[in-house]
Amino acid sequence: MKGKVQALIKPIGIPRLIIVAFLGLLYVAAFFCKLPVNDLLNGHLVRVGMNGILVLAMVPAILSGIGPNFGIPVGIVCGLIGGLISIELDCYGANAFIVAALISIPLATVAGYLYGVLLNKVKGSEMMVGTYVGFSVVSLMCIAWLILPFTSMEIKWPIGRGLRTTISLAKRFDKILNAPFAIHIGKITIPTMLFVFFFAMCFVVWLFLNSKAGIAMKAVGQNSKFAIASGMNVDQNRMVSTILSTVLGAIGILVYAQSYGFFQLYTAPLMMAFAAVAAILIGGASSTNATIFHVILGTFLFQGLLVVALPVANVIVPKGNLSEVMRVVVQYGIILYALTKAGGGK
Amino acid sequence: MKDKIGKIIFDNIVTIIFVVLCLLGVVASKLPIFFITHQLLLRIARNSFLVLSLIIPVLAGMGLNFGIVVGAMAGQIALVFVTHMALQGYTLFTGVPGFFISVIICTPISILFGWITGLILNKTKGQEMITSMMLGFFANGLYQLLFLFLVGTLIPMKDPVLMISGGIGIKNVVDLNHSVRYAVDNIVKKPLPVLLFIIGILGLLLSIWLIYKLSKDQVYKKKIGNKPYTYVGISGLLIALGIYLNVSGSIFATIQVPISTYIVIVVLCIFNVLIVKTKLGQDFRTVGQNRHIAQVAGINVDKVRIISIIVSTVLAGWGQLIFLQNLGILNTYGSHEQAGMFAVAALLIGGASVSRATIGQGILGVALFHTLFIVSPQAGKNLFGNAQIGEYFRTFVAYGVIGVSLGLHAWKSLIVEKRKRSIG
Repeated sequence: MKGKVQALIKPIGIPRLIIVAFLGLLYVAAFFCKLPVNDLLNGHLVRVGMNGILVLAMVPAILSGIGPNFGIPVGIVCGLIGGLISIELDCYGANAFIVAALISIPLATVAGYLYGVLLNKVKGSEMMVGTYVGFSVVSLMCIAWLILPFTSMEIKWPIGRGLRTTISLAKRFDKILNAPFAIHIGKITIPTMLFVFFFAMCFVVWLFLNSKAGIAMKAVGQNSKFAIASGMNVDQNRMVSTILSTVLGAIGILVYAQSYGFFQLYTAPLMMAFAAVAAILIGGASSTNATIFHVILGTFLFQGLLVVALPVANVIVPKGNLSEVMRVVVQYGIILYALTKAGGGK
Repeated sequence: MKDKIGKIIFDNIVTIIFVVLCLLGVVASKLPIFFITHQLLLRIARNSFLVLSLIIPVLAGMGLNFGIVVGAMAGQIALVFVTHMALQGYTLFTGVPGFFISVIICTPISILFGWITGLILNKTKGQEMITSMMLGFFANGLYQLLFLFLVGTLIPMKDPVLMISGGIGIKNVVDLNHSVRYAVDNIVKKPLPVLLFIIGILGLLLSIWLIYKLSKDQVYKKKIGNKPYTYVGISGLLIALGIYLNVSGSIFATIQVPISTYIVIVVLCIFNVLIVKTKLGQDFRTVGQNRHIAQVAGINVDKVRIISIIVSTVLAGWGQLIFLQNLGILNTYGSHEQAGMFAVAALLIGGASVSRATIGQGILGVALFHTLFIVSPQAGKNLFGNAQIGEYFRTFVAYGVIGVSLGLHAWKSLIVEKRKRSIG
């Protein structure tokens, strides 16, 4: 019996069990605070599908030895550009989403290639350089958003120059994945298509990781000297993983935006990388190892903490925004913890 | 000769680009030079201390300490306390004594914070910068927890002026007019020529001392070269400029400069120079050059690293106090956030790198970075018809310069390592 329990616990890990228990406790607390638990659960499910792909983008980068991809804003702005062009081209519905994805994928490939070239030049400091590449790209795009020649009135400010800070997708592809085939069980809604899309992406990445290229990539990440000795091209494999990660970032933001209902431009993508990194780390990944399971569990737990903790905290402490503060502490605390675990040698 | 010039340009490419950028910005902004000079002198006094607090960790090989944010928080905690006491009617907590009390309160807090930072950074050798940055974000969460929720609940405090109506949490903005605004700046405030005289005379004294030393020590002479004579020239120019401004009755002679703040900064510079000469300073350098050799030589590497971070954090706390007493307004939840990044960007623009930073680079960097800050909104407005472009541009510059120099450093060290391997 004991052995069985241990076998069950081991892949999940004690820290995960504690967080799961805490999340359960939050739900119970929400029930006793007379909060609408079904609404919370709905929000929770949507947020998992909404953020999942951005978290998934961390997997290839971690496995190829780059570490958590703090430069994911590079992919995010590519996704945003694709989305804006699809509005500019006056596409509606599923069409708009597909066009946005089709435009942003090549953009993200090019951007990811350039970013990969850079990362290959700075082995050992990818996290720090990645963070600042992300920051620089976001602030450079702030200038671009002010001067890009978009003409659609949905994108531009009605007076003056530049694009709006938030662009509503209500007429375009708002909830294009959330709404169709949604299953209603009692008061709970399951956004079927969103999950199908998310799991499909997970499956694609899983397939890639188990293909020849993916296995080579993992080998490079585990031991680059051994990989060189076996005749693998380290730089090329890292490049592939960076491109994949950037493309996933671009798709991720489109999924995020369709669920959220808005594109957020300017400084909004600045800190998105940290939330994604924190999520996968909560799921049990380290800066050198990550699996699809970590992505799903991590997104579920991290988003759950955010969604459920917010109303519960507001009931317990009605003043101020305690949950936002807790989010900051949890998010950066977990990243810090993972960094100290990775260690730096003597 | 040609190679030499090429090398100088290559080594200082970042600084040269920024000098050009600043000149272009000054021209494009069409702002009067008088205004720019005035602002710049203020901003150098305000920011230099924070930037100089970064130097010692660089010396100890820990890279750029983004964790000075934590020190800035310690400073702000002290300021909130002092302002609270001043509002209660204790006149001791205003003006210069108030500032000293905030220094006294700030110091133990920042020593504690620095010690914790050092412990964490010792666990992540080789990734100090990203760790210190994440630590800054994490500490920011705890800081918000303290000032938004614990003050008024766990920490008994009643203050209708400072606190959010409801009695829990500190307001977004704390007006330091009640307590320590201009506490240091107003001790001695003199026109610009006086500052030029003082710096010029200090420069002359320094170079005389150097020349005296050179005459005795041949090895030293080889290392330093003709630098002292350049110093004499620069100092002479500064004094001449001061005399000229005074005699010609130029409008620049009317600029009032906080001499006392500049003296504090000079004292810090001297401290930074002197600490290198001590046993501790040499330990910093040894650890910075090679941890393993330092360890073998019997230096307690972990301890030395912790001390360097503590010194940096304490200085950052004081730096934030100087910054805020000049600004006059404490933005409770925002003032510290950018402190680390802007200080790092300024230092890098001055020509420093992850592994090497000097006082001169720090001051030059502050001057260049803030020139860009002053002119870029106006330049953006004149060039593109939109002041926001200029504002985004300077944020881009701050992020970009950090990214580029981190990248260049990583790239260079990778090449060095490769060369070593191919030789060995």
